[in-house]
Amino acid sequence: MSTLQAMRGMFSGRTAVIAAPFLFLLVFFLLPFLIVGKISISEMEIVSFKDVLTFSDGVMQLTLKFGNYVFITEDPLYFRTYLASLQYAAATTVLCLFIGYPFAYFMARAKPTVQPALLMLVMLPFWTSFLLRVYAWRGLLTEGGWAADFIVATGLDQVLYALGLITTPGNLMHTPFSLVLGMTYTYLPFMILPLFGTLAKMDLRLLEAAADLGASPWVAFWQITVPLSKAGIIAGSMLVFIPCVGEFVIPELLGGPETLMIGRVLWDEFFSNNDWPMASSVAVVMVLLIIVPLAIFSKYQAEAQEARR
Amino acid sequence: MKASRTGLWFGRGWLSLGFAFLYLPIVALVVFSFNDSPIPNQWRGFTLRWYVQLAGDTEMLSGLWLSLKIAFFTACGAVVLGTLAAYALVKYRRFTGRTLFSGMVTAPLVMPEVVVGLSLLLMLVSVQRALGFPERGILTIWIGHLLLGTAYATVVIQSRLKDLNPQLEEAAMDLGARPHQVFWLVTLPMIAQSLVSAWLLTFTISLDDVVLSAFLSGPGSTTMPLVIFSRARLGLNPSVNAVATLVIVVVAIGVVLASWLIARNEKRRGLEMAAAARA
Repeated sequence: MSTLQAMRGMFSGRTAVIAAPFLFLLVFFLLPFLIVGKISISEMEIVSFKDVLTFSDGVMQLTLKFGNYVFITEDPLYFRTYLASLQYAAATTVLCLFIGYPFAYFMARAKPTVQPALLMLVMLPFWTSFLLRVYAWRGLLTEGGWAADFIVATGLDQVLYALGLITTPGNLMHTPFSLVLGMTYTYLPFMILPLFGTLAKMDLRLLEAAADLGASPWVAFWQITVPLSKAGIIAGSMLVFIPCVGEFVIPELLGGPETLMIGRVLWDEFFSNNDWPMASSVAVVMVLLIIVPLAIFSKYQAEAQEARR
Repeated sequence: MKASRTGLWFGRGWLSLGFAFLYLPIVALVVFSFNDSPIPNQWRGFTLRWYVQLAGDTEMLSGLWLSLKIAFFTACGAVVLGTLAAYALVKYRRFTGRTLFSGMVTAPLVMPEVVVGLSLLLMLVSVQRALGFPERGILTIWIGHLLLGTAYATVVIQSRLKDLNPQLEEAAMDLGARPHQVFWLVTLPMIAQSLVSAWLLTFTISLDDVVLSAFLSGPGSTTMPLVIFSRARLGLNPSVNAVATLVIVVVAIGVVLASWLIARNEKRRGLEMAAAARA
């Protein structure tokens, strides 16, 4: 085989390797987004939507309708829903960080022999159905459930009531509390794993040096450990925050009438109202809401990838 | 640095509470599947009747069969596409549209599923209007799951490919192996373990998906999660607990078996490497 042939073989192989997944993603990921963008500015007709470009009497007509966007930005219900989605997602992220950081920290400082087992235990719930685990919380939080009994017995429901997270003491389901609890539960491993990744890699001699120079463990923790785990904190927070904004299943199963979230609005516009352009507009706005955290996430992800090399 | 005694106990306590939080719902699901009461959150005694009822639950069983089929084909397709995508991203540092490509590969991981489902459906509807196919059903659900599965498979396989020692491939190349031979005989066996993990992960993701399936399913193609979801929306239902327990048992066996096989292979390869080094 000549060198030329070998090079050609390599070239075509290379092209095929790149082209197959590339084309798949272009057709089934990027193109649908463009179509959604187009439909969101087209007019609704009975059972279907009007094409943006139409030919009538041989003249090409361009009909654009930005009414959906005007409606979305002016209607207080929509605005409140967007705000609520961002608030619930932010609350979930903070809670996950509060529970997950010490968790990942103690995991990373555990004996090296038990670390793989601990990691396995964090991953294992991933493998069992997310839908079923969320459903299980419904049973736990409904009156008479284990978690509900515990919370009422310890008087924690009074605290939650005072904080305005539940509407009546003793009634935990279909409240902001049950919603945020369910989201925290579901996304906690997404916070723990990146944090563990950065904390396990940390050079512990830095803490020894800090101690030698007179820093208390507490000071050393805040001035050395926390800044060094910044990448993990950001990656974990984005992995929790972004999917929470558009979450549908958890608000549907654990939320209530006052915890309307944007994913639910999109669902209703599509399935109940059959208003495809409106649902598309909501989708476009949702993407705009998460585009900044998304950019932060991919920037840090890229930096982490470069650092690994 | 030595941790203080209180620090040690605080750490252990925090980890225990965290794990209790993570596993409480799973334990509750299993326990209440054996509960002799139609309300599955208060214990009333042991029964197997929900399992007996499940055996005659044709809606749930046909949903399960459909879900298993879709999950199988999703996992196979996602591993193939994921391997190609991971290979392209790790081995080819420069090609046109690389940034767009790497962005698109990981975007489905964080993109809200309602957005992905809606956009994919609207595109498929447009295609159907123009060409007359595809009908909404098993094929369209498969495409949606494949999109999500490929993203996960790529991440898993990519991290393994990156850790590979490139010298092994270079050595094979120097010894006259052609690129496709290098891939099949050297690269693939070394990443086989991550292919198994990716297959299992995408299989369970597909088996679990509600949102994409809801958008992409048509009449007569109700997957098991859709059946479970519609029952769970209405309230607590012991049949859901029974299905959940079966799923948990099967998945646990699968994961344990897979990790045992992987560990055994690793050990054997380690021994072979040691033997080769001695020789």
